[in-house]
Amino acid sequence: MKRAFPILAVLTAALLSFALYEALVVAPTDQLQGDVYRIIYYHVPSAWTMFIFFLVNFVASVVYLIRRNLKADAVAVAAAEVGIVFCTVVLVTGPLWARPVWGIWWTWDVRLTSTLVLWLIYVSYLILRRFSSGGQMPVLAAALAVFGALDMPLVYFSIWFFRTQHPQPVVGGGGSTDPRMLHIWLINWAAFLCFGLLVFWSRYRLEVLRREVEEIQAMESLREA
Amino acid sequence: MTIASLTRATLIKDLRLEWRSKDALNSMLFFALLVVVIFSFSFDPTAEESRQIAGGLIWVAFLFAAVVALNQTWARELRNQVLDAYRVSPAPANALFLAKAFGNFIFVTVLEALMTPLFIVFYNLRALGPVYQLPIVAVLGTWALVVNGTFFAALSIRTRSRETMLPLLLFPIAIPALLAMVEATGAILTGELSAKFWIVLLAAYNVVFTIASLILFESVLHAE
Amino acid sequence: MTYLYAAYAATWIIHIAYLATLLSRYTRLRNEIRELKTVREG
Repeated sequence: MKRAFPILAVLTAALLSFALYEALVVAPTDQLQGDVYRIIYYHVPSAWTMFIFFLVNFVASVVYLIRRNLKADAVAVAAAEVGIVFCTVVLVTGPLWARPVWGIWWTWDVRLTSTLVLWLIYVSYLILRRFSSGGQMPVLAAALAVFGALDMPLVYFSIWFFRTQHPQPVVGGGGSTDPRMLHIWLINWAAFLCFGLLVFWSRYRLEVLRREVEEIQAMESLREA
Repeated sequence: MTIASLTRATLIKDLRLEWRSKDALNSMLFFALLVVVIFSFSFDPTAEESRQIAGGLIWVAFLFAAVVALNQTWARELRNQVLDAYRVSPAPANALFLAKAFGNFIFVTVLEALMTPLFIVFYNLRALGPVYQLPIVAVLGTWALVVNGTFFAALSIRTRSRETMLPLLLFPIAIPALLAMVEATGAILTGELSAKFWIVLLAAYNVVFTIASLILFESVLHAE
Repeated sequence: MTYLYAAYAATWIIHIAYLATLLSRYTRLRNEIRELKTVREG
């Protein structure tokens, strides 16, 4: 994997550039929204990628709780961080799209609000990891991750029902579904997924290295004592 | 000892200790009163508006009072190294968790019972919808806050800055429950919409997180 | 449409910012490793 990394990075960059070209140039202009709608070629694939990484975090957390395998914990934190990055992208591009199209920055729209809650939960996850010490931290973090994952369907349903009772414009809905759009969505998704995986892999390696250094430092201080 | 009898014993011990010292109870009561008064100063709505926003105001006030109560959940245990004893003993961890959760539930319910008349007075509240649903919402909502609050309090005691950590962990996860409580209360007070969906959602939330807490508490207790 | 460019730019700024934090964490680790090596040999 290490040797393949530079090649994969170059390929991913090429794929991202191609996807960008498709989104900006090849994609047809929407009759209703004009060119602004092209934001969804970044917004939606980022959301799909975010879900994948949060799912990885959930699975890794469960694996850790069952097996106490520290590698699983390293996977969990890496996936959480990368997930949050993509989540942030979704939360920033969403309002930037909503504003010119609907005239308002934010509506308590189901998907965007659920994404915000997801962001809050995972940031609290990272803060818990930062503020707890040593050996117990992975267990606490994994427990929180499981709670967060269990919460998400409830978050979605509660906001969905709230919306049906207090309707407002929907960000990300409507607009024509030209079959060419799906094709470009998928290309951008593939590109971002590859990019995300490379970043994830880097973060994972960094975490493994950090733990090794910590271990050695601990042994050194023991030896001195 | 069975889980039930152990839970009951721990709960009675906690209640007795609280009643004797009345420390936490008194400070929480005063805090609850302050919250109601300050909220009442901030908003001066008409009767119509009151009914629409009261749900939100009341539950946010309850939430803050609950956090004060939850933060001291494990304080006594920590001071007296009870948690270490618990870890070593063969007693099931769930009994400890349930006892703490029930104890918190009782405290927070007492707070709510005291704050509610004040809210009714300050906001001139009168429910236009089915009033019998309000206690149901109160019980379900309080348990939702308390069960996760007790669990996250157990997580927080192992962190630096533990008083801040509890609300920081609790609030995001509690969002669907809070939304349900606020909307249900609003629906019942205004009588315009049905609170049924929210009540079912709260019940589902409670089931999911009670089970999750019971399954994971043991691991958290024995962490490290 | 400026919103479009802002959105695309924001996306990449966010990604690059994260990569920058990874890089800084990595260089900090490398320095620690170098320190450990000199301690070992010294």
